[in-house]
Amino acid sequence: MEKIFQDGITASCPLPITEHSTVQLGHGSGGKMMNDLISRLFLWAFDNPVLNQMDDHAALDISGTKLAFSTDSFVVDPLFFPGGDIGDLAVNGTINDIAMSGAKPLFLSAGFILEEGFSLTDLKRIVVSMQRAAKEAGVVIVTGDTKVVDKGKGDKVFINTAGIGLIEHNFSISAQAIQPGDAVILSGTLADHGIAILSQREGLSFETTVKSDTAALHSLVSEMLSAGGTAVHALRDPTRGGLAATLNEFAASAGVGIRLDEQRIPVTPAVAGACEMLGIDPLHVANEGKLVAIVAREKAESVLKAMRQNPLGQHSVIIGDVITDSPGMVSMQTKLGAWRIVDMLVGEQLPRIC
Amino acid sequence: MKYLDEYRNPGIARRIVDEIHQVTTKPWVIMEICGGQTHSIIKNGIDQILPKKIELVHGPGCPVCVTPLEKIDRALEIAAQEDIIFTSFGDMLRVPGSQKDLFMVKSEGADVRIVYSPLDAVKIARENPDKKIIFFAVGFETTAPINAMAAFQAKREGLKNFSLLVSHVLVPPAMKALLSSPQNRVQGYLAAGHVCTIMGIEEYKPIAKEFDVPIVVTGFEPLDILEGILQVVKQLENGKAEVLNPYSRVARNEGNKAAQELLKKVFKISDRKWRGIGEIPMSGFELIDDYAEYDAEKIFGMGNIEVDEPQECISGLILQGIKKPNECAAFGKSCTPQSPLGATMVSSEGACSAYYSYAKR
Ligand code: SF4
Repeated sequence: MEKIFQDGITASCPLPITEHSTVQLGHGSGGKMMNDLISRLFLWAFDNPVLNQMDDHAALDISGTKLAFSTDSFVVDPLFFPGGDIGDLAVNGTINDIAMSGAKPLFLSAGFILEEGFSLTDLKRIVVSMQRAAKEAGVVIVTGDTKVVDKGKGDKVFINTAGIGLIEHNFSISAQAIQPGDAVILSGTLADHGIAILSQREGLSFETTVKSDTAALHSLVSEMLSAGGTAVHALRDPTRGGLAATLNEFAASAGVGIRLDEQRIPVTPAVAGACEMLGIDPLHVANEGKLVAIVAREKAESVLKAMRQNPLGQHSVIIGDVITDSPGMVSMQTKLGAWRIVDMLVGEQLPRIC
Repeated sequence: MKYLDEYRNPGIARRIVDEIHQVTTKPWVIMEICGGQTHSIIKNGIDQILPKKIELVHGPGCPVCVTPLEKIDRALEIAAQEDIIFTSFGDMLRVPGSQKDLFMVKSEGADVRIVYSPLDAVKIARENPDKKIIFFAVGFETTAPINAMAAFQAKREGLKNFSLLVSHVLVPPAMKALLSSPQNRVQGYLAAGHVCTIMGIEEYKPIAKEFDVPIVVTGFEPLDILEGILQVVKQLENGKAEVLNPYSRVARNEGNKAAQELLKKVFKISDRKWRGIGEIPMSGFELIDDYAEYDAEKIFGMGNIEVDEPQECISGLILQGIKKPNECAAFGKSCTPQSPLGATMVSSEGACSAYYSYAKR
């Protein structure tokens, strides 16, 4: 630990971060390594009741006004991909983090870290795409920052966005609200974003028609809340780490088990084919325009109906339920009728070699 | 890609499972050779829906798992040197050597790159004439032709800065070695379909005959695996020991002749050490003398690396089908995918990782 706290901080950590003494790629993958880093370093250092909720946003009460606040950084490679680019991703990503609290997103900030030599034409294309995404979503980018680093010290462009939104309802939408008996609803097909990105990676280019699903989900959320109200217990967009990571986090923080039915989980044939070829599980792949909702059983059908009216939720389905058994664990009935665990990934998802 | 769902169809699967139940009267031990099959079995829960009398044991068909520790240590040493670009398939990066893995060497500043084909490594060599590019050529017969192609291309272009660190293993000699072991429990094999796609099925006939075991060429999809099991059980119940190929939609009996020709131009068969199993005669490929200048072991030397495996790890017994992952005392405790003790916990094809990811623990 001493190595990590060099600046005279003599605090000792109850547990080693991991056996690594340096940051590994896996620490940013949305899987177990990242969770370890967050809980053993960031939560330990910044420890406070809001952060400790471990939601993708912070819910704040400022003199009676309830705000949702969130931030996200975007380092996607390639910058442009089928269905979107780093610009609309950066806008939609933060909007979604705010929207998952049920808040109405209002204002965003945008910080750019640019690498010396990066094409201004590309930068303009990205900024125009951010402008369009913000306009469509009805949010305003009100503040920003620009830094340029030496060539080779960054990778073309990194974008950070932060945002605030207004919480207009008076109940908490959070993993803590999840109850046994609740239904698990998914708003559409899985893994489109991750596969669209992978299909463009150097050396891996394979032919596919898969497009990123990047989209702002706050209108869908607001329609769900009108239909379900307090019955909507928890919402999250399954980005890095995929549906498996989101549901494992839900199960762990609520102390419940989650049971899925593989047959009901929608995956397009093109995505299923690409996953098969790459040896990866669609449950572990990132989405950028989908949400998973945990809803009280008696309202599940009406929420589902409302979701299906919205183009972003037209393929919504109930994929499973919340149970008391095996707390902290996600299991799935396979298409063959057997059962298996759905675990989080450890680190980077690695394509298989044969 | 349309075939996918067809080969997962639960209705057809039910019918095959019912038939397996009908024909099974005695206990049988069947080994699936390939790690991809192991994963499919555990992930889809195929072991849960078979008759109790049928025991599936998991074979050594995970190339990452059987790559000797000293070879990995050597790779780490080479990767850490100046002016090197070390390239590898992604799976290999997290496999622990005795101290580190390639990911750690990378985070310490080494230029380690994941490539999806060795031909990309050749391209990197072309674009970086002032660096030495090494490709970690690991795998079974399935990846051998493309690796051979990389060496072939590099030689044809006269590239001087490209080499292969070869750790290629061959499946049939290992199947034979397992059957010859006094501890052997295997009574029937699901052969690795993708290996047969390249090499064909002829090599299996003498094995089936000599050891009196049925061998059925089998793919990865749940329906392929169920069909393979059915055909093995039927043979066992009827006292037959033939080589059958219900996977002929992908693997033709004669294999891929062009790939076999290419292999002969670049590789020769040699003895190989398998991690956890030991030396198996004539069970691997190495570059022929004409390709000596593309052989990283000859360029960099193998050094004198002597290493010990972690004591607790029983992956050797698991790779031979003698033990199951959950019989290992370290499983899920001191050994997890996050801090693996053995390669069978790291590789996406490894049996320990399959049990940890999908099965009850
Ligand atoms: S669980 Fe870990 S220690 Fe045990 S055999 Fe598997 S890899 Fe080795």
